[in-house]
Amino acid sequence: MSAPRWAAAIRALHCFAADPVALGGLHLRARSSDARRLWLGRLHDRLGPVARLHPDISDEVLLGGLDLDAALRTGEARHRAGLLDRHEVAILAMAERATPGLCARLGQALDAGRTGLLALDEGVADEGLNPALADRMALSIDLEGLRAVEAPALAPLPDSAALDDDTARQRLVALAQALGIASLRAPGQALRVARLSAALDGRADVAEADLAFATAVALVPRATRLLQPEAEPEQDTPPDPPPDTEDEAAAPDLPPEGAEILLEAALAQLPPDLLARLAAGHVPRAAGTGAGAARKGNRRGRPLPSRPGRPDGRARIDLPATLRAAAPWQRLRGGGPGERVRIRASDIRLKRFEVKSDRLIVFAVDASGSAAFARLAEAKGAVELLLAEAYARRDHVALIAFRGADAQLLLPPTRSLLRTKRALAGLPGGGGTPLAAGLREGLELAHHARGRGMDPALVVLTDGRPNVALSGETSRAAAAQDAATLAAAIRARAIPGLVIDTGNRPAPALAELAARMGATCLPLPRADAERLSRAVADAL
Amino acid sequence: MTPFPFAAIVGQDEMKTAMILTAVDPSIGGVLVFGDRGTGKSTAVRALSGLLPPLKMVAGCPVNSADPADVPDWARGAGTAVEARPTPVIDLPLGATEDRVTGALDIEAALARGETAFEPGLLARANRGYLYIDEINLLEDHIVDLLLDVAQSGENVVEREGLSIRHPARFVLVGSGNPEEGELRPQLLDRFGLSVEVASPSDIEERIEVVKRRDAFDRDPDGFVGDWGDAQADLRDRIVAARGRLAGTGAGDDVLRDCAALCIALGADGLRGELTLLRAARALAAFDGARAPGRDQLRRVAAMALRHRLRRDPLDEAGTTARVARAVEEVLA
Repeated sequence: MSAPRWAAAIRALHCFAADPVALGGLHLRARSSDARRLWLGRLHDRLGPVARLHPDISDEVLLGGLDLDAALRTGEARHRAGLLDRHEVAILAMAERATPGLCARLGQALDAGRTGLLALDEGVADEGLNPALADRMALSIDLEGLRAVEAPALAPLPDSAALDDDTARQRLVALAQALGIASLRAPGQALRVARLSAALDGRADVAEADLAFATAVALVPRATRLLQPEAEPEQDTPPDPPPDTEDEAAAPDLPPEGAEILLEAALAQLPPDLLARLAAGHVPRAAGTGAGAARKGNRRGRPLPSRPGRPDGRARIDLPATLRAAAPWQRLRGGGPGERVRIRASDIRLKRFEVKSDRLIVFAVDASGSAAFARLAEAKGAVELLLAEAYARRDHVALIAFRGADAQLLLPPTRSLLRTKRALAGLPGGGGTPLAAGLREGLELAHHARGRGMDPALVVLTDGRPNVALSGETSRAAAAQDAATLAAAIRARAIPGLVIDTGNRPAPALAELAARMGATCLPLPRADAERLSRAVADAL
Repeated sequence: MTPFPFAAIVGQDEMKTAMILTAVDPSIGGVLVFGDRGTGKSTAVRALSGLLPPLKMVAGCPVNSADPADVPDWARGAGTAVEARPTPVIDLPLGATEDRVTGALDIEAALARGETAFEPGLLARANRGYLYIDEINLLEDHIVDLLLDVAQSGENVVEREGLSIRHPARFVLVGSGNPEEGELRPQLLDRFGLSVEVASPSDIEERIEVVKRRDAFDRDPDGFVGDWGDAQADLRDRIVAARGRLAGTGAGDDVLRDCAALCIALGADGLRGELTLLRAARALAAFDGARAPGRDQLRRVAAMALRHRLRRDPLDEAGTTARVARAVEEVLA
């Protein structure tokens, strides 16, 4: 299975080396391994000098700026060209840790068409390269799970029918659409890859095999769905179609001509787990965090030891530490008593601070029906236990109960144990299950908390049988649909969550809801307060 | 690098119209473009500098002044000659420091000559042009606050490090982003005159044409720009003519009534919605060569002028466009 993958990886390497700038870049996803070492060694043999970037690189080094070293030494201002100005190819190590700011700058450089970027992404699970940057890079290969065999030389592709330009373009565009790739950069990049691949074999026209290769390295890694998704047997089909079927409806029913063959050929060159992920409906998640979630700053918070660096307009200079660093060198630098202190760029120390944003755990508790009394007692206990530890962990808690027709905020975000106990004392139960209303209340609370710089998480305790819709109407179908819509909204706002199934038997519908929320589902049929609090603390 | 010709952008009519309207009447305010990656958002914005007629500006002036008398006194190296230069379209990268945006003490001059001099930032360079922020929804809060202030007053004030400088900063703010990655603060949302939603075209022929033109451009930029020269020039002439006509484009009471009725039907906050709707309709009328805006123009700009001003409903993800369309149907029936 691994031989075609290796061949594709090697071919991608040669394509990238042939014209890095036109392709934008190559996204290499691999943890440190022999295979990766071998592959990178091969690439370095084929490339000239490259710029090495790391996620903490400063603007001045990247894009050029004042050469502080020379300025302090000679008293004259000298400019230094940035790494991107001096090199055509840049290698970004630990690309998964690059900040959105760095990715934006690199994206601009790629847009300007003067740089080819190799992004070395060692992310695990959901970590990964910034999607905006990844979209600008034509090639994407994954060496995960490949054993280090002696890297084969570039083997010519098997003979296949030559295609004219229009056909090739049409096929790639149609396939990209069938795979659910919204970006129109992708098919254009795939075409460029196919042409380079043909040129590597000394052919003037692209052939079927080139298209299959381009599909494997430029299209499939971006796919958001497989061709012809299997109709899943649904146990409880809601009468109304869920609102997110729009894109499926917009997709062509039949894959375009030749697409299946193309895809089949491409699949052999891909890691098998990629397909498994796709089939499981794992769509790459937005990695953006939005504003206000930053936890580390260099302006305020608890001071950390200062560290050497250059003033970049963001960090503040730690003057005592800078002087301390310069002091031992004064005699060597020709200073002495009465002379002015001679400071070099390497002496400069920057202040660093660490801020931890406060966490808010919002409990949305099902207070409906018969089991409510027990459930509520558990939830109350868990809230109190969490609060008892809150001082050390800086957690705030809030409690929402939903029953009857709507949800009620029983306890606004607080850290006060006393206040909590009072608010929880008179908590009534009984009535219908307006799960959607509870989710909405939780979402709004979390949203506002985030606006105030807190880090919210949502814990839902329910037995998963919603029967009251947002409108107040008693209908299982409408209630389930409203809950599903809100779950999607919670996911879109990237609020971490936990769904605790308190029913006697785990409800599959609830697991589905949790997946929609992007949350973990935890069946805890007979949990007491202590287990509950432990589960929440572990999961979040 | 030559920008892709604006006239050669396939489809995305609403986005193109919005940008043309701001070129006809910059007082409409900025444009917000939300949509998937790779749908030509940045291409369209960057293409503006090639489309718009050149501006007359003083050579070497850091704030692109039109008249030598307007050159700020802190500017160094500005001559008196006036030359024609393309309309500036300035990129504000995510994570740009405050210093780079507003300008700051010129460290170079301070170190080398011991002078307190001002090094202008991106806001100065964007004066009289466009300021483009990609991924605007991920912009840091303190930069957003700063932009709001400047966009409102049209003036950049720097009071720090012994500097006290103010200079004009009137620009059209263009922001783009992917809504999946985060939302925009309502305060910033409201400052944009127009907002458009772009989606990847679902028509296969259209998609092929996009890829085809992009490919032709990448292979031979100059040749491609040459092929589209006439179309670009036509569009440019229409924009220039519309600018000339704008002052003479009136709006009757019936149009004002329609604007107000639309905003009331939608429950849009404040009066900014009405004003923008009216301005956009007038600019479109001028671009169409009509004497005054009518219901046709109102229909075409209603969505872009109003969709971001509606009260948000957390349940309703993509519903604002539909709500505007419904209101237009009812009010302008």
